[in-house]
Amino acid sequence: MNVVVCLKQVPNTTKVKIDPQTNTLVREGIESIINPFDTYALEEGVRIKERYGGKVTAISMGPPQAEGALREAMSTGADEAILLSDSAFAGADTLATAYTLARAIDKLAPYDIIICGRQTIDGDTGQVGPELAEMLGIPFLAYASKIEEISNGYIRVKQMVEEGHELIEAPLPAVITVVKEINIPRLPSLRGIARSKSAVIPIWTAQELDVDKNMVGLSGSATRVIKVFFPQRVHHGEILQGDMESQVESLIDKLRDAKVL
Amino acid sequence: MVRSMGIQVDLDKCIGCGDCVPSCPFGLLEIVGEKVQVKEGCTLCGACQEACTYGAILIEAVTETPVVTDSHQGIWVFAEQRDSKFKSVAYELLTKGRELADVLGTELCAVCFGHDIDVEPLIAYGADKVYLIDTPALADFQEDLYARKLVELVQEYKPEIVIAGATPLGRSFIPRVAAILRTGLTADCTGLEIDTEKRLLLQTRPTFGGNIMATIICQTKRPQMSTVRPRVFRKNAPDKGRKGQVIRVNLDKEPVTSRTKLLRFIEDITETVKLEDADIIVSGGRGLEKAENFHLLEELANVMGAGLGSSRPPVDDGWIPYSHQVGQTGKTVCPKLYIACGISGAIQHLAGMQTSDVIVAINNDPHAPIFEVATYGIVGDLFKVVPMLIEKLKKD
Repeated sequence: MNVVVCLKQVPNTTKVKIDPQTNTLVREGIESIINPFDTYALEEGVRIKERYGGKVTAISMGPPQAEGALREAMSTGADEAILLSDSAFAGADTLATAYTLARAIDKLAPYDIIICGRQTIDGDTGQVGPELAEMLGIPFLAYASKIEEISNGYIRVKQMVEEGHELIEAPLPAVITVVKEINIPRLPSLRGIARSKSAVIPIWTAQELDVDKNMVGLSGSATRVIKVFFPQRVHHGEILQGDMESQVESLIDKLRDAKVL
Repeated sequence: MVRSMGIQVDLDKCIGCGDCVPSCPFGLLEIVGEKVQVKEGCTLCGACQEACTYGAILIEAVTETPVVTDSHQGIWVFAEQRDSKFKSVAYELLTKGRELADVLGTELCAVCFGHDIDVEPLIAYGADKVYLIDTPALADFQEDLYARKLVELVQEYKPEIVIAGATPLGRSFIPRVAAILRTGLTADCTGLEIDTEKRLLLQTRPTFGGNIMATIICQTKRPQMSTVRPRVFRKNAPDKGRKGQVIRVNLDKEPVTSRTKLLRFIEDITETVKLEDADIIVSGGRGLEKAENFHLLEELANVMGAGLGSSRPPVDDGWIPYSHQVGQTGKTVCPKLYIACGISGAIQHLAGMQTSDVIVAINNDPHAPIFEVATYGIVGDLFKVVPMLIEKLKKD
């Protein structure tokens, strides 16, 4: 199995705080991490390799420092890593990102499975996986919580849906996105860390990918951010007072008055 | 010129005054050696450009090809169904879509794929036209077919806007449609407005883990596409007397084959009351301390006829299945009453429940952010408050 895992280096948005004075994000102490959902994608790729043989290539599009995320991926089992980095890629929306990733994956052909996390924790769109599948013209399986089987050129996946799970099947090659229920990512091994330190991570630029410059980065993006602001929270709440019993009684009264009980 | 992610600082013009620094919502600006530096992660929103009185910040201008808007007309709502019943989000989007269509002076159309389905409600909720593909092959969600057919319809009838629910289904197949059409798509919107002058859809969504809101446009491509978070727009009461046109579209242009095949559906039986449909939700967080303590909330939920929800930590720790998770990466709910027990109120959780009509928070930490969104708060030990609540509700 030739597995490609797409990952993104993101700021750890779960630790972000807002400075009430300046109304800006406090970035100090916010580390760059591999998008948590992508670590499950990587782990699953490594497990597929361990079960069926082959190799795992981690790719990421980003600034030069995203190389750190790829080295980390190599320390936890990726065999190879490639960084897609070029000032022409900057400012890409999901459409331009998917296009760029697709052209890089073309160069890695023949491939069997492309794995992505369900969404990033900075953009939260979850669009790159399905858009990538379309750019490559191959089947797409979303929200995989278990890979049941890979055989005879088919992959069978347990997919998380609103009401439960579905068992679905598609011919390979295919793009799958994974949810965190799929596995528990392993920690880096000593051997992996040593290997990742010395590994050469090639950087593919727009020229190497032979991409149409009008389809990458800001120029290739169909969407534009025109305004950014903080969510407004209007608060009219009431903290109930008194001893616990009277608070509970008063709560029930208030809920009845509001006709929600 | 210093370049970083499509934004440039003219070092000759920058005097290092720092006026721009607080303007960046992402906190990416820094004065280094008396000049401003832009860190990675810029979305090119332009806030700093406005704040700079020296014209030292330049956002890379891309030649925008103007769109011939009159060749694309109408707003489309993808009306998602399951088991031949429309999801509530379809009606929410038709209500919102009606409003937008009236502003634009254009028609509102619903698109429905299914089998043996009554599409009259789509008209009652505001659609002027319904494009219907009715065939057994589309009774269940067939992602490949859904994507191809929606693309075909869009190419034939050329709507200017296409919106769909940001349900798991919408978020997995609508991006494929956008990719085939090579157009822009904005995920999980919580606000939609029209810029009447430019005839553009202003799409607002939470980003950066829900910490920031961004307004996004798609200027150069058509249709403009968004997925919209369920339960953020209210649906109007249906008008049964409304008249509309149902256009049956034939599927037989090409053979019906889907590369992906559904083999089996496994229902999650732990969920007795569906969260999306529940009028009352009782939800638990880390404050429950261990898996067994969810029984306490189950009891409260049973007494109230409520659905059982959870914040992320209990799901992460395996106390309760993912289908109960409310928040940014779980479900968005909007019940009449949401009771948060032992939930601190991380912004990711608030994103999934803060539009509920009445929010009750029970938490022993008076500084927990959940109290900022709570209608009524009880600062106290949930292991005392909840049993008391159960007892009193049972008595009445």
